[in-house]
Amino acid sequence: MIKTALIIVLMSLNFTAYAADNPVEFSNPELQERYYALIDEIRCLVCQNQSLADSHADLAQDLRNEIYQKVLAGEKDEQIVTFLVERYGDFVLYRPPLTKNTWLLWFGPFLFLLLGIYVAIRLIKKQSAEKNAFTELDETQQKRLTELLNEDTDRNKG
Amino acid sequence: MIPELGHFALILALAMAIIQTIFPIAGAANGNQAWMSLARPVARLQFVFISISFAVLIYLFLTNDFSVAYVAQNSNSLLPAIYRFSAVWGAHEGSLLLWAVILSLWTTAVTFYSKRLPNFFLARVIGVMGAVSVGFLLFMLLTSNPFERLFPVPADGSDLNPLLQDPGLIIHPPMLYMGYVGFSVAFGFAIAALLGGNLDSSWARWSRPWTLLAWAFLTIGIALGSWWAYYELGWGGWWFWDPVENASFMPWLIGTALIHSFAATEKRDVFKNWTILLAICAFALSLLGTFLVRSGVLTSVHAFATDPERGVFILVLLGFFVGGSLLLYALRAPSTVKGGQFKLISRETFLLFNSILFLVAMLTVLLGTLYPLIAEALGMGKLSVGAPYFNAVFIPIMTPVALLIGIGAIVRWKQDDYIRVGKQLRYLFLASLVVGGILGITFFDNHLFRTIAGIVAALWVILTSLSALMSRLKHRQNKLVALQTIPRGFYGMTLAHIGFAVTIIGITITSQHSVDVHQRMAPGDVVAFADYQFSLEALRPTIGPNFKATEAVVKVTKNGKHVTDLHSQKRIYTVRNMPMTEAGIDSSLMRDIYVSLGEPLDDNAWSIRLYHKPFVRWIWLGAIFMALGGLLAATDRRYRLKVESNKTAPVEGGAVSLKS
Repeated sequence: MIKTALIIVLMSLNFTAYAADNPVEFSNPELQERYYALIDEIRCLVCQNQSLADSHADLAQDLRNEIYQKVLAGEKDEQIVTFLVERYGDFVLYRPPLTKNTWLLWFGPFLFLLLGIYVAIRLIKKQSAEKNAFTELDETQQKRLTELLNEDTDRNKG
Repeated sequence: MIPELGHFALILALAMAIIQTIFPIAGAANGNQAWMSLARPVARLQFVFISISFAVLIYLFLTNDFSVAYVAQNSNSLLPAIYRFSAVWGAHEGSLLLWAVILSLWTTAVTFYSKRLPNFFLARVIGVMGAVSVGFLLFMLLTSNPFERLFPVPADGSDLNPLLQDPGLIIHPPMLYMGYVGFSVAFGFAIAALLGGNLDSSWARWSRPWTLLAWAFLTIGIALGSWWAYYELGWGGWWFWDPVENASFMPWLIGTALIHSFAATEKRDVFKNWTILLAICAFALSLLGTFLVRSGVLTSVHAFATDPERGVFILVLLGFFVGGSLLLYALRAPSTVKGGQFKLISRETFLLFNSILFLVAMLTVLLGTLYPLIAEALGMGKLSVGAPYFNAVFIPIMTPVALLIGIGAIVRWKQDDYIRVGKQLRYLFLASLVVGGILGITFFDNHLFRTIAGIVAALWVILTSLSALMSRLKHRQNKLVALQTIPRGFYGMTLAHIGFAVTIIGITITSQHSVDVHQRMAPGDVVAFADYQFSLEALRPTIGPNFKATEAVVKVTKNGKHVTDLHSQKRIYTVRNMPMTEAGIDSSLMRDIYVSLGEPLDDNAWSIRLYHKPFVRWIWLGAIFMALGGLLAATDRRYRLKVESNKTAPVEGGAVSLKS
């Protein structure tokens, strides 16, 4: 009985604890687009790994409101982002800014790609170099080679 | 008593795993037939014991034995029976047990379908897989025993995380683990080949169907996870670049590189070292994924089962297997590149570029996933790497893949003539461009460039795949007979490539053209959105077995015609007092309509989110095609032939026909 009562109390607490999830309205579709793009790339700081747009947490709701007001007040994206970073640090941005600490993050993939292409070209060259080595064999050498190879495979099989 | 039985069975399984590791490998090293022949029976016995242990844990959940800590923490007497069953792998200890069970299942499958493997080779494979078993069973017994007792016994359990109380979570983890752990077979084969120095193309042929099978499971597992997140998390996203998703995606990327590299190694005896490395890498990433998910070093939406202290053990395990196998690779991998030769314009070249692009893609995901950890460890401050980063760097790397698939499917092995290839490809390219452009312009009116690029890429993959099929029939008299003689491997490849294209279409159109609206709605309100009218018919309280909910009934009409009634619930799971959103979804091939109940506002009104998501189903449909393709290829005739012919002749102790 006490347990049920407790649950009901907790439930009602839980509901009231939620900040009103009021839908926002824009008269200007451009502002609307900017607002949604912004909250999509800002991290909800009290959630595990969710953007403001996806989160139901109170803090997320507060921040959404704040961003909404700023967008309406005519602040530019950069101003809003700077404000958030000053308050919460780079952690709040899902798109990490390019700094000396993040250049490896941003350029790493393309370094990998260049390295990969280099490795591939080397492998292909190596392969064709071996081809030249084979063509330099004369007929008897080639014959002997084939024999040796066959012997080798036979041994493996045995 | 019964929990102790499970515990004891687990200890016996460990004992079997130790025997399974030591004797077959030692036997293979010094030619001791008796020791080698232990591999099969001991591996099967390990499976028996670990199955008993697993069955016991299931039994404990079904009978609500809250004297067991793990059951008490993850179940509740009000929890529906089906979720008590899936709660077995709902948290750390149980998912490790599932890992070990599936590893043992794969090992046992190898013991049955390995009649054509040489004895010493099979012994090594089973031994290596046994070593992995030892690691995981030790981990479980030393740090994460699922059978640990709790005293005093609580009156009831603290319930399964409501996020996991969902049909998708019954099959998603087992499928994912079948994939993850399935790569241990490829790993076992690779290490066995390195140990024995027999890296010929028959090694690739033995290993290839297993790898394809694991890859197919992983594909389905990831798709299920994406689908689950889509309908269960309540905001219509289907991929979040969450660290835990990345942890399963990385083995998939390398697995994809691996199955393509295997093709070249088996058919043309090239890239042997490369294939070995990829096989090691795929399994290492499975272990890394387990470490990332289980250690709690990452903050993610999946962090429902984490414990930093256990991370150290997995890290040691990871270090042992990865370090050990790389050392072995450095010592034993053949230094000379023996094998088939090929020219620049050849299928080998394109397969090589394929595996390199997938490797680069994997490294990119790895970099983005680990960078926040590394940055923090190095004192560079906390930062977040999320979807905007991954989309920015991942898409440019994957775009060439679509282009290369088209050429790779058509170009011949060994060497081809670029004029011939160009002739076959130019009309296909033109057709993709024109048709893609027309489709894009006709059906969509914004984000045109990206949409058209995606459709063109997908059409290119589909058309070139079909063209490759056509050229196989070109000079044949009887097309029907010809169709039947084409190997399953080829059909599998074609189907998987078309599946890839279908997924590209789904991702492109959903990402570019989904729309949503956030509304305040009271009963009776009507909202017009995306060609549909949504009217909130009712808001009513409902009660489930272990939750209370408010349910919204939304009637959807189009031009006055009734389309569907959607039910979305806001649930409060009473034990954990946790809110959850159940979305109401109407799905069809061309679009999903998605209604998600938000929070209560004033005057009986609620906030409600409405989504229109065109082509979202294609993402998972494509994944199903890919998995079926993998399955088809894995059951290709040339892998079954020897097994079947051996069935007729009784083979004792795994004596082997060496004709392959």
